[in-house]
Amino acid sequence: MLQKLYDWVDERLDITPIWRDIADHEVPEHVNPAHHFSAFVYCFGGLTFFVTVIQVLSGMFLTMYYVPDIENAWHSVQYLQSQVAHGQIVRGMHHWGASVVIVMIFLHTLRVFFQGAYKKPRELNWIVGVLLFFVMFGLGFTGYLLPWDNKAFFATQVGLEIAESVPVIGTDIKTLLAGDPDIVGAQTLTRFFAIHVFFLPAALFGLMALHFIMIRRQGISGPL
Amino acid sequence: MSEKKNNQVSRRQFLNYTLTGVGGFMGAAVVAPMVGMAVDPLLQADGSDDFEYVMDVDEITTEPQRKTFYIDQQDGWYDTEAERAAWIYRDENGDILALSPICTHLGCVVDWETGDHDNEFFCPCHYGRYDKNGVNIPGTPPEGPLHAYEYRIEDGRLYLGRANPREGA
Ligand code: HEM
Ligand code: FES
Repeated sequence: MLQKLYDWVDERLDITPIWRDIADHEVPEHVNPAHHFSAFVYCFGGLTFFVTVIQVLSGMFLTMYYVPDIENAWHSVQYLQSQVAHGQIVRGMHHWGASVVIVMIFLHTLRVFFQGAYKKPRELNWIVGVLLFFVMFGLGFTGYLLPWDNKAFFATQVGLEIAESVPVIGTDIKTLLAGDPDIVGAQTLTRFFAIHVFFLPAALFGLMALHFIMIRRQGISGPL
Repeated sequence: MSEKKNNQVSRRQFLNYTLTGVGGFMGAAVVAPMVGMAVDPLLQADGSDDFEYVMDVDEITTEPQRKTFYIDQQDGWYDTEAERAAWIYRDENGDILALSPICTHLGCVVDWETGDHDNEFFCPCHYGRYDKNGVNIPGTPPEGPLHAYEYRIEDGRLYLGRANPREGA
């Protein structure tokens, strides 16, 4: 049945080469944990991607209930967490996933660093990777404010003051982030929300696309 | 082994099936709670069963009077007092009727005796009409009578509950 459907589409659109080009390539022996168990270190990139997919999906569903408004944000999170079917699980996925994804991206970076996999010709992908790291940090920082509880508020307060400590332009950076020179409030929350669910995910997808295209071009780096 | 070769599952097929199965299971485990969260509105119990005071029974006449009252409405995390309206009167048998003004066609609001619609409820959206008992007049868009509120009388005071559909024309 599925095979027939596939053949029907394939006959018309010749889709086989498309997915073969993406998915059909050999895994070299030195990255296969079945051959050398220590090759599990090569899994961290894929695990980072897997957790990112979970973050994106769970985040999309959280926005069905979440409101970025200082009167209602906390209540909407409280409601989705305690009244909505499976809300606690989905919020839990996003909450814990946000930390797990940072751990994974860090382990992935360590592997690339200690194997020297960033060396020529892969310098550009190292740069893209570092940008991805910054974007992830940005997502973590902006997402943390969204529940609008005390922990969220003061973590953001601290983060903004760190930004302010930058010489010369620090105060402007803080005002731009917070939406007001003095207040961490209504405008801060809407800004952080927009950055968290639109701007940074867009940057994330673009950078991930670059990352993966370069990997397919260059292949995985050779055995040590 | 060699006789039934065609029925055998090859190594590659076996791997394909197990990987698809395990992968599908993991994917489903990730997505299932999210879908559950999205369909939560279908699982929530509907509306409250509270009765609210609207007017004193001795003020009820045979002429429909429009009365408003407020119910406690829980809209997710947002609790409000939502306004409700009722057309309240005694019918020819002297029974109390409290009709919902929500048109049974597509939900606009009807009015009593507007324009030249004497002795009728009229809905301006698609010219729906109802007779004095709130029964829809055949040939106009509504397909059922105006809903009637459940009511209770305590100490000469009229309390209204939820509005229910009625049998009609
Ligand atoms: C398109 C992708 C994403 C969307 C639409 C999204 C959406 C949301 C929403 C609506 C909230 C507020 C609800 C809540 O606090 O439980 C939130 C919180 C949060 N997000 Fe995201 N998010 C996305 C990706 C990410 C990623 C990749 C990270 C990883 C660094 C992240 C980190 C966080 C954190 C730390 C919180 C606070 C969690 C909590 O306190 O429970 N988000 N996100
Ligand atoms: S909604 Fe009243 S006539 Fe259509």
